[in-house]
Amino acid sequence: MANTQKAVKNKIKLDKSDKIIRGFSYVFISIFALACLLPFLLIIATSFSTEGLIRKTGFTIIPKGFTTYAYNLIFENPMNMLGSYAVTVSMAVVGTGVGLFVIAMTGYALQRKDFPFRNAISFYIYFTSLFSAGLAPFYLIMTKFYHLKDSYLAVFLPLLMTPWLIILMKNFIKSIPHEITESGKIDGAGDMKIFTALILPMVKPALATIGLFLALGYWNEWYYSSLFLSAQVDYKPLQYNLYEVVNKIQALKNSVAGSYVSFDNLPQETLKMATAIVATGPIILLYPFVQKYFIGGITVGAVKG
Amino acid sequence: MSKNKSHVVTARPRKMSFLQKVVKYRVLLLMCLPAIVFFFAFSYLPMPGAYVAFTSYNYRKGIFGSEFVGWDNFKFLFESGKIWLLTKNTILYNIAFILLGNLLAIFMAILFNEIKKKIFKKTAQTIMFLPYFISDVLVGLLIYNLLNSDFGFVNSIITSLGGKKISFYDNPNIWPGLIVLINLWKSTGYNTVVYFAAICGIDQEIIEAARVDGANGFQKIRHIILPSLKPTFVILLLFAMGGIIRGNFGLFYNIIGSNSMLFKTTDIIETFVYRATVNDFNFQTASAVGLYQSVFGFILVVVCNKIVSKIDPDYSLF
Repeated sequence: MANTQKAVKNKIKLDKSDKIIRGFSYVFISIFALACLLPFLLIIATSFSTEGLIRKTGFTIIPKGFTTYAYNLIFENPMNMLGSYAVTVSMAVVGTGVGLFVIAMTGYALQRKDFPFRNAISFYIYFTSLFSAGLAPFYLIMTKFYHLKDSYLAVFLPLLMTPWLIILMKNFIKSIPHEITESGKIDGAGDMKIFTALILPMVKPALATIGLFLALGYWNEWYYSSLFLSAQVDYKPLQYNLYEVVNKIQALKNSVAGSYVSFDNLPQETLKMATAIVATGPIILLYPFVQKYFIGGITVGAVKG
Repeated sequence: MSKNKSHVVTARPRKMSFLQKVVKYRVLLLMCLPAIVFFFAFSYLPMPGAYVAFTSYNYRKGIFGSEFVGWDNFKFLFESGKIWLLTKNTILYNIAFILLGNLLAIFMAILFNEIKKKIFKKTAQTIMFLPYFISDVLVGLLIYNLLNSDFGFVNSIITSLGGKKISFYDNPNIWPGLIVLINLWKSTGYNTVVYFAAICGIDQEIIEAARVDGANGFQKIRHIILPSLKPTFVILLLFAMGGIIRGNFGLFYNIIGSNSMLFKTTDIIETFVYRATVNDFNFQTASAVGLYQSVFGFILVVVCNKIVSKIDPDYSLF
């Protein structure tokens, strides 16, 4: 298939317009990709620079006066970052596992054509993305009714599922022939058994895609933390920890608490950047390997949803 | 008797009572139960709380114990002009995001289609996708790195070229353009994938046939690729229009934060509601704006979906 296509293509000569377009494509995409990369280079280079030079001559894409001082400060007193890592990683692992299972289970039930309640329940779920009470009533319910102020649950629970992910899952599972369910029934398996033993193993790519969306949601979480976690909570999720370091002087002090640096000597800018690297690094390193699952999910769910 | 009953059931299996259905499909229902409870607890239960918008909220008396004031909270918002400013900002930003975002994505997807070197394509796609993966907190920090007036990268380049520093964070008029650029930077990698997939779905034979007939590269794009992207474009545009009253809170909040000097051009509904709720505990105002947004947004989605289902029923949401 690929060979024949190549053969056909070779027969047709490229004219001038093709060469212009092709050349332009390489140049423009390169420039755009560089623009996407530049801000990251700024953070990395600044985090390895000497604070004084940064203050004098500005942020840089090549480290000025290479030093790991900012990182040393963070790792001298690692409890703050380690605590955040523990919170974020455990939420992401448990949340992705639980969320994925519930989403897949719901998605399976909702695509079963013989299930008489499927339209009603689909609408019940979908309606929540059309109309919402708004932030203020949600905030009041969470704090005054569930009493979840300063509880990790207030961050963990809302991220478990979204209508969009359930619809995406439903569409994925729909592509499995109904005969699979039928054959399970003939063998005497119940619906739950059919789901766990027959369906789940067949939708592994979907599980990977949706699991990654969930995990990314937990990893990048700062919003619910900013709503519900006050200074009473020692260890904030990673990105909210970063948010505080970037936006609040007090948090910056806490991040190096116990080290023998007076606040005036604190390398504020380089420390912010180093915190960003420590808080974001792993996901960036992981990302080239998981990217294809996201792309799979986007192309399936792009229009619908 | 029992014989008779089973006869009826087999003859007309659809005539089950609600209760019989519940019993028969109890396992599938139970499988949906966690999700049903979830959306009840976090989406439906707060809905009656929107009543706050019609009260003078008193923390001690609670939502339903507070004094009922009718439309007063809304009146205040409309008469002060606040709601118009917020609506205008939210909608104008979204229109710019949607139009420019889709056009740039189409443009990039067409360019990507011309790239034949696999490694280049893969690498470029990976890099362009990177901004989509990072948290808005990090985006805020990146922008601060670039635009900070004292030691931002942009200003250090300007001064090294002999120019004068620009104090971005005091100047509200610069931000609409900047925020649109930042949004393009963050979302183009993602959007390009959608259009690139649509281009890959074009029948190669059509393109080959056109080539044989002597179409050049520009003509191929103009007469084959662009028209074939039109349906995707129209559908995506309409769906986006349905959400035009909902802003991207994370982006705005992390870039602008509480810098009130910039609010005139950068305050959107979400950022206003957030501050009213979290900083000022002004629940009745926050709730009034939120309710206005929800109702407005609901109507928009329904209208846009109606149009979508007219164009192509397959894509209709409900």
